[in-house]
Amino acid sequence: MDMNYEIPMLLILFLPIISFVFLSLAGRRISPSVAGLTGITVLSVVTVLSFFVAYNYFFVNGEVNGVYQKIAVFNEVWLKFSDVLSINLGVMLDPISVMMLIVISFISCMVHLYSWNYMHGEDRFQMYYAYLSLFTFSMLGLVVAVNIFQMYIFWELVGVSSFLLIGFYYTKPSAIAAAKKAFIVTRFADLGFLLGILLVSQNAGTLDFATMIERLANPHSPFAQSMLAGSFLGMSTLSWGLILIFIGGAGKSAMFPLHIWLPDAMEGPTPVSALIHAATMVVAGVFLVARLFPIFAVSAPDALHIVGYVGAITALFAAIIACTQTDIKRVLAYSTVSQIAFMMFSLGVSGWGEEASEGFTGSLFHLFTHAFFKAMLFMGAGAVIHAVHSNEMEDMGGLRKKLPITHLSFLIACLAIAGVPGFAGFFSKEVILSAAFHGDKLIYAIGLLTSGITAFYMFRLYFRIFWFKEASHGHGEHGHDNHESHTPMMNLALILLIIATLVVGYIPFGHFVSADGKAIELPFHLALAIPPVTVGLLGIAIAYMLFAKENDKPTKITNALGGFYKAAYNKFYIDEIYLFVTKKILFNLIGRPAAWVDRNIVDNIYNGSATLTAVTSESIKKMQSGRVQTYATYFLLGVIFVALLFLFAN
Amino acid sequence: MNIETVVFYLLSGMILTFGVMTVTTRHIFRAAIYLLFALIGIAGIYLMMEMNFMAALQVVIYVGGIVVLIIFSIFLTHQVGEKVSLPKPRQVIQSALVAFAGLALVLAVLIPMGFEKSGAECDSSVKNIGMQLLDYKNFGYVLPFEVISVFLLAALIGSIVIAIKSNNSEENN
Amino acid sequence: MEQVPLVHILILSSILFFLGVYGFFARRNMLMMLMSTELILNSVNINFIAFNKYLFPHQLEGMFFSMFIITVAAGEVSLAIAIIINLYRRFKTVDVEDTTTMKY
Repeated sequence: MDMNYEIPMLLILFLPIISFVFLSLAGRRISPSVAGLTGITVLSVVTVLSFFVAYNYFFVNGEVNGVYQKIAVFNEVWLKFSDVLSINLGVMLDPISVMMLIVISFISCMVHLYSWNYMHGEDRFQMYYAYLSLFTFSMLGLVVAVNIFQMYIFWELVGVSSFLLIGFYYTKPSAIAAAKKAFIVTRFADLGFLLGILLVSQNAGTLDFATMIERLANPHSPFAQSMLAGSFLGMSTLSWGLILIFIGGAGKSAMFPLHIWLPDAMEGPTPVSALIHAATMVVAGVFLVARLFPIFAVSAPDALHIVGYVGAITALFAAIIACTQTDIKRVLAYSTVSQIAFMMFSLGVSGWGEEASEGFTGSLFHLFTHAFFKAMLFMGAGAVIHAVHSNEMEDMGGLRKKLPITHLSFLIACLAIAGVPGFAGFFSKEVILSAAFHGDKLIYAIGLLTSGITAFYMFRLYFRIFWFKEASHGHGEHGHDNHESHTPMMNLALILLIIATLVVGYIPFGHFVSADGKAIELPFHLALAIPPVTVGLLGIAIAYMLFAKENDKPTKITNALGGFYKAAYNKFYIDEIYLFVTKKILFNLIGRPAAWVDRNIVDNIYNGSATLTAVTSESIKKMQSGRVQTYATYFLLGVIFVALLFLFAN
Repeated sequence: MNIETVVFYLLSGMILTFGVMTVTTRHIFRAAIYLLFALIGIAGIYLMMEMNFMAALQVVIYVGGIVVLIIFSIFLTHQVGEKVSLPKPRQVIQSALVAFAGLALVLAVLIPMGFEKSGAECDSSVKNIGMQLLDYKNFGYVLPFEVISVFLLAALIGSIVIAIKSNNSEENN
Repeated sequence: MEQVPLVHILILSSILFFLGVYGFFARRNMLMMLMSTELILNSVNINFIAFNKYLFPHQLEGMFFSMFIITVAAGEVSLAIAIIINLYRRFKTVDVEDTTTMKY
């Protein structure tokens, strides 16, 4: 190894956590400016280091004989249970983790910059930056985890940071409820994750990723043979283990039916949504499947099919709901769910090795590009919300002159997500749909339909906010035109993201990231590229017709669709179903009896033993009456008793 | 039917009668006197068994010392003439039962046991007693003798210390 | 003294002993308890003397033991009376039922 990755990786991991400790302990003793500057500085350093590591890895010496290596930078033994089982902590670099380093550090840096203005005047500014640092540390640790248990530890840490950040405005009951919901749903999914970890690692005899993949991705190895031998409900042990792990990933990545927490998580501050719920945390599930992809693809293709179908269903489902929502952040949330589902089903239809692993590359390419433009969308939404002091689309309209930079960034992001040629989303989506076409035609059809709907609802959002009404100059309350002059950092972040979004589409991703480490070519199939572009442009056109100018066509269509529209608007009542199941079934059938047993039986056992002791002592205490004669009586009785024992007990 | 046997039964009857009256009478002074007579009866039994020295000891120490001491303390605690209150019936029954149980046990063991008389003569002259008391070889009692004298000294000092009136409590009263 | 069986003397002493026990348990006055104690001690003395005379006449162990018992009884009575007088000063009574402060 020419390059010593140790120092950069140590710095990348430890700077954010030190920043967290410092900021959370210092709290209000330091001024908000100092806190913000600390956060921004730390993150800038981390970003630069990440780029440095990535440059070295991808361009200088990560490649050996054309294959990108998995480099274990650290692998320290932490808890050693036996010779075979030990939990290590370490850092592993391979193409996907280095790519994620860039994404996480860059987006986090942008969010830090953006929050400087957005959260200005907030009471707990310092704690906010502390939590952001904590989150960054957790996510970085997750992607460079060297074994699956370490990933689980950081997984939970990410959940905690998300909880803290969603519930940042803890005086609002809705925020508290949303934070709880997010944590509980993901924790519930993590149960599946843990079971999967135990199952797979026990059979593979190791927790280490590299070793696990080596053992299980080879169908002829003894480990894989033993796992594939058993069959339960038609799927092998290995498939079940991977499905359980996938459940954990599905919870974090908001796949149906565990998607319910993500729209509610919009209660947190908007920069938080940009960082966590658009670009980084929610892709952890995709990252997990990508990490274990060799095992999925080679030894458990049936599990991979399930992944694909779950992704496809979620994508369509979320897209339909997004068409009906009126809260700008909710639309973006459902859009995120849908796009992540794209990434997931792209993994699901992927094969292994050379051109067949197009899906894998496409998924991660889309992850990369989506991070940038989704973060930009959220930041733009934040600026809009800041300007009109409301989240609802009804209060917006005609803002394109008031918020020019925001308008530009939003437009570019929408073009990217709609898959318009030349913009980032076009390239990544094209790879995904091409992989789907070669993999599974049904999923291809669903993906195609969803792309069209995506274009439609995103441009519905765009037109509704920035067009619809007449462009206003100096509207109402504030009297001044340009809100953006007060928020230089927000503008800076948006501009940097615009540049990034424009550029990343052109990266030859297949060269760097592929399923087996070898570079693959992603050829451009013209025939396959046309349908998505067509449906995208169609969606844009419909949105233009309905929303560019103020009219009542949307209302008429809403009424015409009647019940279906109502169901979609109410998110297909999934939350209500969950509430019903938990309240009526779980609470009444399990919770109440358990509580009854606990209160009446268990408590009474303890109360009973205490009462018994008290009663016994009350009755015995008369023996110590202070009366000498009583004592003497007992004495004599004792003597008689002992005498009897001696005389007759032979 | 020997004269000795008759005397023995008379004496034991006297002892037991006075013993019962000691423990059941309500006049405390009379109880002391009944005790006195019981002790004299016991001295008589010792005489019958030709333990003359023992009988003398009994009369001098028990009758002439201890009973007199008890009578003094009766006077000291201002109880002459008053009737002692009766014990609670429950207590009476309990103690009677316990005593009776003990008695039954002892007799049940004692009576079936066959004791063989030795038949030899017992030399209980004062000379012999004196020789044995201060003998340091086997069956000599010089060590217990010394210990007893120390014990008596301790009892003497102890009673004075316990019963002494401290000047503080007197002044406070 | 050959005519009186040993067992009779032992019965006498046992009855005297348990009379004393009864008296100790059933009397409320401390001095009466003391007198009962004397009865007990004396019954034991009779026992020792009787055994000495009938079973082991060669040595005078029983007699000496009784002598020591008498001595110890004397010392004990003086101490007991000292305590009773002390209690009388404290509680103004020699009733044992009224001196039950050392309890729960």
